[in-house]
Amino acid sequence: MKKHLDRRRFLKIAGTSMGVGALYTVWPGLGRSAEAAELARRLGAATGERPTPFSFAQLSDAHVGFDGPVGTRALEKAVATINGLPRRPDLVLFTGDLTHDTEKPGEHAARMNLFKEISGRLQVQKIYHVPGEHDAGLDGGELFRNVFGPTSYSFDHRGVHFIGLDNVSRAKPEVGAEQRAWLAKDLSRFHKTTPIVVFTHRPLFDLRPDWEWFTSDGDDVMNLLAPYENVTVLYGHIHREDHHISGHAQHFAARSLSFAFPDPDKVEEKKAIPFDKDQPFKNLGLRLVDRTSGAAAHADTIRVQDVELAMSEFSGTEGFQQLTKPATF
Amino acid sequence: MTRLWTLRVAGSGLVLAAGLLAVEGPPVRAQDEPRVIMITARRFEFSPNLVTLAKGETVKLQIKSEDVTHGLFLRPLGIDAEIVPGRVTELTVRPETAGTYRAICDHFCGAGHGGMKMTIIVGE
Repeated sequence: MKKHLDRRRFLKIAGTSMGVGALYTVWPGLGRSAEAAELARRLGAATGERPTPFSFAQLSDAHVGFDGPVGTRALEKAVATINGLPRRPDLVLFTGDLTHDTEKPGEHAARMNLFKEISGRLQVQKIYHVPGEHDAGLDGGELFRNVFGPTSYSFDHRGVHFIGLDNVSRAKPEVGAEQRAWLAKDLSRFHKTTPIVVFTHRPLFDLRPDWEWFTSDGDDVMNLLAPYENVTVLYGHIHREDHHISGHAQHFAARSLSFAFPDPDKVEEKKAIPFDKDQPFKNLGLRLVDRTSGAAAHADTIRVQDVELAMSEFSGTEGFQQLTKPATF
Repeated sequence: MTRLWTLRVAGSGLVLAAGLLAVEGPPVRAQDEPRVIMITARRFEFSPNLVTLAKGETVKLQIKSEDVTHGLFLRPLGIDAEIVPGRVTELTVRPETAGTYRAICDHFCGAGHGGMKMTIIVGE
């Protein structure tokens, strides 16, 4: 008997916290129909590649140069962790605040280069970055562009469309009309079911505006994404985990690699959580989304009609200890 | 930004009307004009950092920067302004709901930017 598949179960992006960032696994659902083959072909034509399983990681808010007790140790630990994974992710996305700003001549560039040197040890196919306000807020992104290139861009990877958005280099928390126009044009070639991953620094919704946890034109950005049924937004800035749903989109924040902020629902003042010398990486880290055994799909049997982007998060606050726990979703 | 522009136009109109009245009619009484509150922004503070308003009171905020560009943002009161050095940014507010609000600088201005804030208390 032919197995009926939920049309939304074509592709999943799922994740689990591993304590030093976020690793996401993307895998196509199964389907052998002629319709599925045709849909796979169409999506492949749109993105340049047919959807095939892969994983990627998100790291955020390393704040290299910040005068804190952790220094660059968490970033270095995250790099080593990813390099030690039995199946390394294809990509690593950095969602801003790679460095901590300084106006001392030459110092910010030195911090940016130190970040680049450490992150360059990642043994993955490709590393992508978007800036945070501490990288680009004072100079309009000039230094970032000199070191890493454009502050916003898009690319396709194995059937998923990735969009890096800059909501910091205009100094205010906004994307701006010019970039939104670019986004609208960028999206126009895609079918509404194309899996889309947006990565940016600040949240694209009002998480806590009086802590500057918002993007003033975030609603306009999300309206452009609204027709698309499978949108995942990954961001940093808030130095803690968060999951939010708006329309078809799911928004996930990664933990920081420098210091943590408290739960905004429980405290009034935005003050970093005090450092615990006995647990230096507590509350820091990245989130891991690992591939479950047996989840591999056959590229030639992909069902491409619709996409489900779902995440089951194995969360916690004990930093790297989570690496030893099995992924469950 | 549209709102701010509208308020500036309204403010200019008020000045113009006052000028005409000074020549052709009785002077405008002080109590007809909104209270003016001067605010100075500098890295990484507002001065004063506590402002008390009354619900339903129309107040004119005149804000200047002593160093770099700052922002003043408080969504519940519709405040979203750029404070550019060298000129006074003026906006008019009329709070309708009592409460304690936190306005922030939302134009990144340096390492202490995250702590640059001002409390606005709206009394009954």
